Amino acid sequence: MELWYSERHTANVKLSIKVDRQLFSGKSDFQRIDVLESPEFGRFLTIDGYIMLTEKDEFIYHEMIVHPAMAVYPSAKRVLVIGAGDGGVVRELLHYPSVEHIDLVDIDEMVIEVCKKYLPQTACCLDNERVKIHIQDGLKYIRRCKDEYDVIIVDSTDPFGPGEGLFTKEFYGNCFKALRDDGIMVNQHESPFYPNDSIAMQRAHKRIVESFPISRVYQAHIPTYPSGHWLFGFASKQYHPIFDFDSKRWRDLNIKTRYYNTQLHVGSFALPNYVEELLEDVEEIG
Amino acid sequence: MPYRATKSFHSQRGQSIHIYIMPEKGMGLVMGKLLQNCAPISEALENFKKMRIVPFDVPGHKRGRGNPELTEFLGERCMSLDVNSMKPLDNLSHPTSVIKEAEELAAEAFGAGYAFFMIAGTTSCVQTMILYACKRGDKIILPRNVHRSAINALILCGAVPVYVNPAVNHELGIALGMSMRDVERAIEENPDAKAIFINNPTYYGICSNLKEITKLAHKHGMKVLVDEAHGTHFYFGKNLPVSAMAAGADMSSVSMHKSGGSLTQSSFLLTGKKINKDAVRQIINLSQTTSASYLLLSSLDLSRKRLALDGEQIFEKVKEMAQYARDEINDIGGYYAYSSELINGDTIFDFDTMKLSVNTLNIGLAGIEVYDILRDEYDIQIEFGDIGNILAYISVGDSYKDIERLVGALSEIARRYSKDKTGMMQHEYINPRVAVPPQQAFYADKEPLPILKSSGRISGEFVMSYPPGIPILAPGEEITSEIVDYINYAKEKGCFLTGTEDWQVDTIRVLKDK
Repeated sequence: MELWYSERHTANVKLSIKVDRQLFSGKSDFQRIDVLESPEFGRFLTIDGYIMLTEKDEFIYHEMIVHPAMAVYPSAKRVLVIGAGDGGVVRELLHYPSVEHIDLVDIDEMVIEVCKKYLPQTACCLDNERVKIHIQDGLKYIRRCKDEYDVIIVDSTDPFGPGEGLFTKEFYGNCFKALRDDGIMVNQHESPFYPNDSIAMQRAHKRIVESFPISRVYQAHIPTYPSGHWLFGFASKQYHPIFDFDSKRWRDLNIKTRYYNTQLHVGSFALPNYVEELLEDVEEIG
Repeated sequence: MPYRATKSFHSQRGQSIHIYIMPEKGMGLVMGKLLQNCAPISEALENFKKMRIVPFDVPGHKRGRGNPELTEFLGERCMSLDVNSMKPLDNLSHPTSVIKEAEELAAEAFGAGYAFFMIAGTTSCVQTMILYACKRGDKIILPRNVHRSAINALILCGAVPVYVNPAVNHELGIALGMSMRDVERAIEENPDAKAIFINNPTYYGICSNLKEITKLAHKHGMKVLVDEAHGTHFYFGKNLPVSAMAAGADMSSVSMHKSGGSLTQSSFLLTGKKINKDAVRQIINLSQTTSASYLLLSSLDLSRKRLALDGEQIFEKVKEMAQYARDEINDIGGYYAYSSELINGDTIFDFDTMKLSVNTLNIGLAGIEVYDILRDEYDIQIEFGDIGNILAYISVGDSYKDIERLVGALSEIARRYSKDKTGMMQHEYINPRVAVPPQQAFYADKEPLPILKSSGRISGEFVMSYPPGIPILAPGEEITSEIVDYINYAKEKGCFLTGTEDWQVDTIRVLKDK
């Protein structure tokens, strides 16, 4: 039997993965959720038909959305995670002994339940006592937070659908307000490559630049995301991602990673020229 | 009903084709009477399409084929429905079949004697009401915070306005409804007035005591004309202010395209059971196009069906969303999203809880400033901002997700832009003095003057801040220094002023001194 999952990366490009079987399919109040099993990528989660994570390459995304910020601010105590119902971000954060409390806010309870059941590789730590889960719209949750968090991680879906509110200026502004004076926000920053993604990337960057004094972008290579070239945003009130990075301090924590390391930390902020240009375009307007 | 039979004819290939012109659900007719799940105009259009008539009539784009770029832009389906009046589709100027049926269904749905399909906006409804009730020199009682279309109608027909000045809430800076006492006095002082005109509700959601005013007006032989541009939902929702038809009013103008969901520019003119509908039709035909758009007509037809079947549930949801937004906005602090707590039994006899009006003065920003920031910085477009308030239009098309964006942005604006409120102008409404009837002033000899130097003269023009489109000055009114100050302040705050011949609104044409 030939069963293939396909995702359109643009109107003219698609990625197909051969599938063994479908483990789950359901529709929540917000989106369609599917879990499939494949020979190449293991189990993978899709939302509204788009791949959110695969067992094979999720480590890249989750290590890279967590460790650069935590390596700059390894004493962070209170962390807010928005989206990320799959649990991957929380798993990485719990490596840090200083983290006392993690609030995880996801709008869709079904994502969490489905991941707990079918994707234990990422959802393994969602029941940890340091983690508190809030089922709520991230934009609503953060409106009431002020001066509370050391680090905020925005692990959103694409800006079309339930994740749209997490790419807005009002959201970034509210994150600024929710962070303490030396806080850092990291966000999933879309891809620079295909035009539709790069427009979303530029819009997000413009709004973050307007909201934070320090705003840098770094990259990673994620095979199952469109073009494989993915960006993250590092926005901060005080700490610079490279100048305030103490590589020895992080190595002493002895955290085992498969993608992230301290040389890559610095290197990931070096961007291709065309990406720098896309970013500069909106920085000038801002 | 000639178009409800089954027709058979032969296609080009010789196949026999049957066209069922009965409503497809089969439940539309009971004892020869149409039910609300029918949409006669839309159904007739569908059937007409299936007949594949060869068009040698207007419109010249011929189902879009003659204008490919427009067809690509609007869609083929849309273009194929843009057709002319003809026998199977009836004629809006003299409806005898499907349009008449659709109008009767709408009348039933709204509890009216008759419902006219109007395709030139609620402006055309308001003008028809006034032209029907008044002729040159007749008096009409109306609150001064009417929409410009009402005063325009006075210019057209030459009726003389007797203004009842609405009460004002100075804290919020908004005009309210008419007090019963003021209406009584106006009626006593002008027993010869032919009609009284009432907003139900105002843009901000405020209702006068419509039932009592109607009773009193009828006792004095005056017609009751109601502007329900912002009140379509009163006819379908639960626990909302009384509608004009339920209150016994004679005519009402209903913007179906606002809360009713039809296409922009489409409205209903409702008449009470005692109004001569054929005479009203004659007035409508004075200015109505003879090429009525079937896109607009079918949008009215389908929207009426939707509201008749599901309106109660739809508006319940909208009310819940509006209430949620109000609670969240009031929780931010500084803003005041007001509601039925304002009700005072007279000038705020009732409040439309589907409206989301928010006073912004306590964060030190004019409503128009918040309006601009929302659009320029947060990509959020709201209905309007005036000197002290914003109004966000909440409707069936909204979701809680979008409401979170609005609330989130308002909370950010309060955090980033709040300032001291001293120097904020408080009031919005200035009582005018009518020196000359509007029509006379409109056609009088005039001369231009800088607005700054126009105090003491009689205006020959409108000055409006748009939206909401309620005139600051109307033709025939005396210009005072207070009005000049207000116009300047509104300009400074970024209000969009219109109405004068001078597009910059720096000069105004005033009546020449005799």
